[in-house]
Amino acid sequence: MTAQDIHDKLKAAFGDAVQDAKLDAMQPWIRIAPNRTAEICAWLHDQPEMKLDYLMCLSGMDYNNGKLGVVYHLSSIEHKHKIVLKTECPKEDPHVLTVSGVWGTANWHEREAYDMYGIIFDGHPDLRRLLMPDDWDGHPLRKDYKVQEFYHGMKVPY
Amino acid sequence: MIEAKTLPTNYVTKPGAIKSSSGKTLRTEEMIVNMGPQHPSTHGVLRLEIIIDGEIINDVIPHIGYLHRCFEKHAEHMTNYQQVIPYADRMDYCSAITNEWAFALAAERMLKIEVPERVEYIRVIMAELQRIASHLIAVGTYGIDAGAFTPFLYCFIDREKILDLFEMTCGARLLYNYVWIGGLSHDLPPKFVEQTKEFCTYFRPRIKMINDLLTYNEIFVKRTANVGVLPKDVAINYAASGPMLRGSGINWDLRRDDPYSVYDKLEWEPQIGKGEVGAVGDCWDRHIVRMREMEQSLNIIEQALAKLPEGNVQAALPKRIRPDKDAEVYVRTETPRGELGFYIVSDGTASPFRVKARGPAFVNLSVLPEISRGAMLADLVLIAGSVDIVLGEVDR
Repeated sequence: MTAQDIHDKLKAAFGDAVQDAKLDAMQPWIRIAPNRTAEICAWLHDQPEMKLDYLMCLSGMDYNNGKLGVVYHLSSIEHKHKIVLKTECPKEDPHVLTVSGVWGTANWHEREAYDMYGIIFDGHPDLRRLLMPDDWDGHPLRKDYKVQEFYHGMKVPY
Repeated sequence: MIEAKTLPTNYVTKPGAIKSSSGKTLRTEEMIVNMGPQHPSTHGVLRLEIIIDGEIINDVIPHIGYLHRCFEKHAEHMTNYQQVIPYADRMDYCSAITNEWAFALAAERMLKIEVPERVEYIRVIMAELQRIASHLIAVGTYGIDAGAFTPFLYCFIDREKILDLFEMTCGARLLYNYVWIGGLSHDLPPKFVEQTKEFCTYFRPRIKMINDLLTYNEIFVKRTANVGVLPKDVAINYAASGPMLRGSGINWDLRRDDPYSVYDKLEWEPQIGKGEVGAVGDCWDRHIVRMREMEQSLNIIEQALAKLPEGNVQAALPKRIRPDKDAEVYVRTETPRGELGFYIVSDGTASPFRVKARGPAFVNLSVLPEISRGAMLADLVLIAGSVDIVLGEVDR
């Protein structure tokens, strides 16, 4: 199934939740609403002709224009087609619906995105920091991140 | 000894379920045991918080991040794309060539560079040698996890021979910085082809020897068969990849299913687990997939050596590598541990705007709690070992 077909079917099923798309890119992507990610992903996962059952990668993003985002790279083991989904949320109030109920692998990827970008995944079963210590300040991969001066009395910047 | 397969997979303690010999109900209580971060069988600095009831595991909570260097932040702050490659080396330090290749491939796709055919063949040869070296570590240390020390030493003797070939080519034995964007740092040295052929002839009988020593050893089979069974649907849902996925009986190899380089011009077969001694997807299946992949890698190397064309080892590159503004690409390759993907976003400058590394060990480790519940505590060492994690890549 081509990216165009996937986009048309998504648009027919979800209407406004499909915001925009770039289907002539090297790897075509579709942008969806952050508060509808779970149902859209579940639909893509379950439809027999899509069967996007393999979440290759889930990346947090800081677009450096006041917006954070999440990028989902999906593929299908059976049909071997791929699609990229994107979603954006404002930096002051970054909320995206979790997809960890759809793909188990999203659990750790979302924890990493929370750790590195501070994106809050609503409905996540266990949203804790993954790589940084629990009591670390700030989210390191944000473009405006400033490292804390001291951590437990140890000087951090070197 | 209780057979692991007779235990319920989702063991939940019910009060009063365990009775003493005189018929008295025994009190059971959950206990938390920490394994690691400094523990020989966690293969690095990994901490597992294990919730046990007697000998039965109720849950495992992995705590990672002890080796976190924030590779992704480093990559954003490099002054050009080429400088990221030594950092990519240090992610999966047991298989550095495949990491470099994955990043170089992603950058090349972004810039739409075609590399010379000789480069493609040399990369395939190097990556497959690296796969053998990496699987030798995986198999050897897995033997130690099961209590067999000798195969480890044999594995390391053979791995040294591969490292000698790497040293001969680029001077380094562990972290090579050999695959560059658009080509390679050096051409092959004069005697490389001859010596690699010699290695292939030498190594084929050694695989059989390791199989005899370890794989079909009665004790090893008893310890690994039916332990840590990863069903097909769970494997896909948790995006397991590499020998983890193939061990569960799914015929999926990115070298064939999402082809890159010249793998489609070579003849070889992905190896899958068939449940020969236990259930499909148990620890033994993952082990045998690694053993058989080494043999397939030898086939690939021999064919690639026979077909190796003459030519240049560096494509013509622009002086400053600047991909188009808003260009982005996700490229995945098959490393010894599975799918290593790089998601790179460019903002039109000479350094990447965003690099996300999707490490196979990181993703494979996330399925560990699923396959450990209900197992015996002593088996956890073998289950964690069969995932073949490298903490440098888990933590990045």
